[in-house]
Amino acid sequence: MVVNSVHWFRKGLRLHDNPALQEALNGADTVRCVYILDPWFAGAANVGINRWRFLLEALEDLDSSLKKLNSRLFVVRGQPTDVFPRLLKEWKVTRLTFEYDPEPYGKERDGAIIKMAQEFGVETIVRNSHTLYNLDRIIEMNNSSPPLTFKRFQTIVSRLELPRRPLPPITQQQMDKCHTKIADNHDQLYSIPSLEELGFRTEGLPAAVWQGGESEALDRLNKHLDKKVWVANFEHPRVNTCSLYASPTGLSPYLRFGCLSCRVLYYNLRELYMKLRKRCSPPLSLFGQLLWREFFYTAATNNPNFDRMEGNPICVQIPWDQNPEALAKWAEGRTGFPWIDAIMTQLRQEGWIHHLARHAVACFLTRGDLWISWESGMKVFEELLLDADWSVNAGSWMWLSCSAFFQQFFHCYCPVGFGRRTDPSGDYIRRYIPILKDYPNRYIYEPWNAPESVQKAANCVVGVDYPKPMINHAEGSRLNIERMKQVYQQLSHYRGLSLLASVPTIQEEAEPPMTDESQTSSGPDSPPRGPADTEAACCSTAPDSSTVCASSTCATHPDLTDTTNNHPSQTPCTFSGSHTQSSAAITSTSASHTLSTTIPTSPAQSPVSRSKPSSPSSSCPTLSPASSPAATPNQTSSLGPRRKGLTRKARRSQRQRGRQSCTPTAKDGERRSEEEREEAAAAGGEERMEEDTEQNEERMEEEMS
Amino acid sequence: MKLGSCIVKTPGHRTRFLLCAKSPQVCSSTTISIQALLQTLAVAPWDSEMKRMKGDEEGGTSSKSPPEACKKVRKQMREESEAAAGATGESSGGDWARLPQELLLHIFQYLPLLDRAYASQVCRGWNQAFHMPELWRCFEFELNQPASSYLKATHPDLIKQIIKRHSNHLQYVSFKVDSSTESAEAACDILSQLVNCSLKTLGLISTARPSFMEVPKSHFISALTVVFVNSKSLSSLKIDDTPVDDPSLKVLVANNSDTLKLLKMSSCPHVSPAGILCVADQCHGLRELALNYHLLSDELLLALSSEKHVHLEHLRIDVVSENPGQHFHTIKRSSWDAMVRHSPKFNLVMYFFLYEDEFGPFFNEEIPVTHLYFGRSVSKEVLGRVGLHCPRLVELVVCANGLRPLDEELIRIAKHCTQLSAIGLGECEVSCSAFVEFVKMCGRRLSQLSIMEEVLIPDHKYSLDEIHWEVSKHLGRVWFPDMMPTW
Repeated sequence: MVVNSVHWFRKGLRLHDNPALQEALNGADTVRCVYILDPWFAGAANVGINRWRFLLEALEDLDSSLKKLNSRLFVVRGQPTDVFPRLLKEWKVTRLTFEYDPEPYGKERDGAIIKMAQEFGVETIVRNSHTLYNLDRIIEMNNSSPPLTFKRFQTIVSRLELPRRPLPPITQQQMDKCHTKIADNHDQLYSIPSLEELGFRTEGLPAAVWQGGESEALDRLNKHLDKKVWVANFEHPRVNTCSLYASPTGLSPYLRFGCLSCRVLYYNLRELYMKLRKRCSPPLSLFGQLLWREFFYTAATNNPNFDRMEGNPICVQIPWDQNPEALAKWAEGRTGFPWIDAIMTQLRQEGWIHHLARHAVACFLTRGDLWISWESGMKVFEELLLDADWSVNAGSWMWLSCSAFFQQFFHCYCPVGFGRRTDPSGDYIRRYIPILKDYPNRYIYEPWNAPESVQKAANCVVGVDYPKPMINHAEGSRLNIERMKQVYQQLSHYRGLSLLASVPTIQEEAEPPMTDESQTSSGPDSPPRGPADTEAACCSTAPDSSTVCASSTCATHPDLTDTTNNHPSQTPCTFSGSHTQSSAAITSTSASHTLSTTIPTSPAQSPVSRSKPSSPSSSCPTLSPASSPAATPNQTSSLGPRRKGLTRKARRSQRQRGRQSCTPTAKDGERRSEEEREEAAAAGGEERMEEDTEQNEERMEEEMS
Repeated sequence: MKLGSCIVKTPGHRTRFLLCAKSPQVCSSTTISIQALLQTLAVAPWDSEMKRMKGDEEGGTSSKSPPEACKKVRKQMREESEAAAGATGESSGGDWARLPQELLLHIFQYLPLLDRAYASQVCRGWNQAFHMPELWRCFEFELNQPASSYLKATHPDLIKQIIKRHSNHLQYVSFKVDSSTESAEAACDILSQLVNCSLKTLGLISTARPSFMEVPKSHFISALTVVFVNSKSLSSLKIDDTPVDDPSLKVLVANNSDTLKLLKMSSCPHVSPAGILCVADQCHGLRELALNYHLLSDELLLALSSEKHVHLEHLRIDVVSENPGQHFHTIKRSSWDAMVRHSPKFNLVMYFFLYEDEFGPFFNEEIPVTHLYFGRSVSKEVLGRVGLHCPRLVELVVCANGLRPLDEELIRIAKHCTQLSAIGLGECEVSCSAFVEFVKMCGRRLSQLSIMEEVLIPDHKYSLDEIHWEVSKHLGRVWFPDMMPTW
């Protein structure tokens, strides 16, 4: 039987380590590589010119690589669902291959295509190569829910076998076996569109800082590795002025479009490390960026609402402001804070900014200063940022706005001080905001504080030539830290004075050390390792060593199953608490004081409920106060009793921490209970001071004097 | 208990809303909008509603979904009770109506408003229960405009109904207001209608920008004084970021001096030190107070530590710089001493949002601060002074510091601040060995230790990979530095 293959490129724009493409070639008589693109859609989509340019360059590169193998790339105009029926018939396709897309939107699209292919009697082969790991496997290992802290994620990953080894690039020989005649009018029918065709104006468009394509990606990979060797340091490099500029060794956009295989990067790093550090197995931190990417992919893969606050079970509901004008100022780099404006300008011009710069502008837009929803910022990044993956972008924004993943929120990046720490001279600012170039270093981060004479001498008067700061940062951060605290205290049911204790944390995090696979042979300079176990020595020689499992790591931790269960089940409950449902509006700072000085939480006190404290109320967590985060949308119906118990456990630990951190308060509460008793009695309640703080607090949540 | 059993036994998700009523699937499955339901509720108490429903069925003009939904719910209920009766071997479905009010009330207390509203459509008894005063003591008005907020607002008809039928039941009221002036004004309008109630707690909360500041001051003051005058037993008042002024505080004091226990009024620019002093002088039961530093005076501290005054529990002070180089007054050590003598256990929480050069007047003498937050960069020198002069410190959060490591400062803090149990470090630098030493000195009392990964500078003794081990050892629990995505 004749096998006519079509490989459908989406991401994964490369010929190296492309398992789905290999499948297409395998025993096929003809093979065609297609990319489907809707030019009419291009203008409407929220994707900026730099991203389109990068994509088109990547396609050009792919086409020229295929040309060298006597093949071509077929760029087909239209939508996949419209295009495929025609192509499948026209080319008598019997096999369709593509890379697995783990994102919810992609899964849905691919599902439809697979179904359609089936109807046409076409075999579909899907292979995972955009992520290191099988994400479903990670979720499965975490008790069927994605890990929501990075530590947790690392723990799971450290128990997994190594990622599959990358496959070699496809060869001339392979391609020759399924040579497909290229029509003379190929360029007419299937050429790569130009930016103009997509509706972009290219006059005066500066040269791309980031050139798209697999060739460039592999070139950069070599430089990247050379730099590592040169620095001979795998630690986090300290950030300096240079880090802020686009680096010729940067790889993130290439991973985004799949011009570079993440597994190729992974194994190159790993082998380099082992070579330089003599047998020493690399720590997970070596793969930092790659793992963050996996982390967000895992969190998003089953959550179609991952990119929004509403209906997103892992996202804290924060009452963000809607303010289109302020958003526009931020997006266009007109905030009046040179540090923020320079970053946004770099982003718009070049399509990439350093991760610390991302932190700075994201914090400024959301919880730091403007109190605007992270969703708005995410959309701007989606338009401008070359490496903006749907999952990674949304995930990072949630992280940076402290909307998910159990982040401490106390730290707001200062739009003046943070930049100054990174680049004291302000050269970065002078490069992207030339109008400020003559400002002295002292004022370049806060030109509005420069005396008028200095402003005039620098030919840039604030308020005339450069905007005044759009917000008083001190005032803004004062307000915002209060708002965050309010939101988080309601989530965690923590009422104490400690700011740090307002964030719910997972006690079950307790986990052993991690390397990508633990091993005994520590070099002289390597960290002490806890549970020692031996790596299968053949690891690097095994061709596709997906079976190397650090099984003994598991064995040394009998509590393992327990932790896997606890953590994930606890998280969604805690985080789905919508602030709108909580009614403890005036949070009295003293827990024991709640009785008389705060608005009680929902269940109003009545003769009936007053008797509740004496009954073993803790046995029915379902009936915990309506403001309990456990009793919130989405989760409730799916929560097993175990899960509720765990929420409870987490809350208990929360309280304990609260107690510890404000010991004077707690004691004070006991002392004062006398007075309270009187009051409660007056209100008709029977007040009993109990040793058990938990019960006590629970009652107080319901109490109404 | 029969109720419980029949609910559990009855299959079908709609039943579940009685117990776990917050699931949105439930709401969406009944396919009615919240708004529409609240409309029915607000317009039609039980009796008139029957007519209205008929009208709707015949005319079919106005919002059709709510009555349909009511019907659905009612039908469902009937089925349930029948099913339950069948299951428990009892005769009729009449049990539902005869459910004792106390029991119903108890159940209703666990339901959010919307679900109580659904349930109130089931029968006359349940509808009566819906209106029981106990269920209306506590209410949170959410006032949001679609243009400025993502959040839903309390429906205007519900607000009307509360004012009409339940305002005399209200005791614990809060207003959550988005950044629009309209919302803040709407809150003031509601406040000025609360004439026949006696509130115990009132909270005005701006969830985004401080929008009460945009409301004409006179409007705000007159609305607030309505509550002050009518509620003779206000005990908690949270009015941060509002244009409250001295005269209105006088009204508060004149009417509620015996009951006031909590007053939070950070960033109220129209209040003067004299205004707050008047409150402290008269309200001897005041236990919690939050205000900005410019209102803090020696006189205020002495007033709060007078013999007549109860022990203060919490004093929260925000120190905010309006323009760089601002000068701040100092508080005498003797005044703080008087406070500590009078209220030995009181917590002093201070939030600093200052430029580095504005810290001159602070921490030169001993101060009984327990919780310190430095929202902006603070110098090594100031942190050094903190280590010397804050013996009661419990929590320290430093968002930023210069480029020189904070080694000696931390060690000093560990040595002198023997109560310290929580610390957070943002953009700072500490050498790994100094940090380990710090943790070792504080030991297990450090229940909160939040350190950004970049803060820790590896040195000859510890690398980043090693430090979490070392720190975990001293803490007696597993610890990691806080990470940020490197993407």
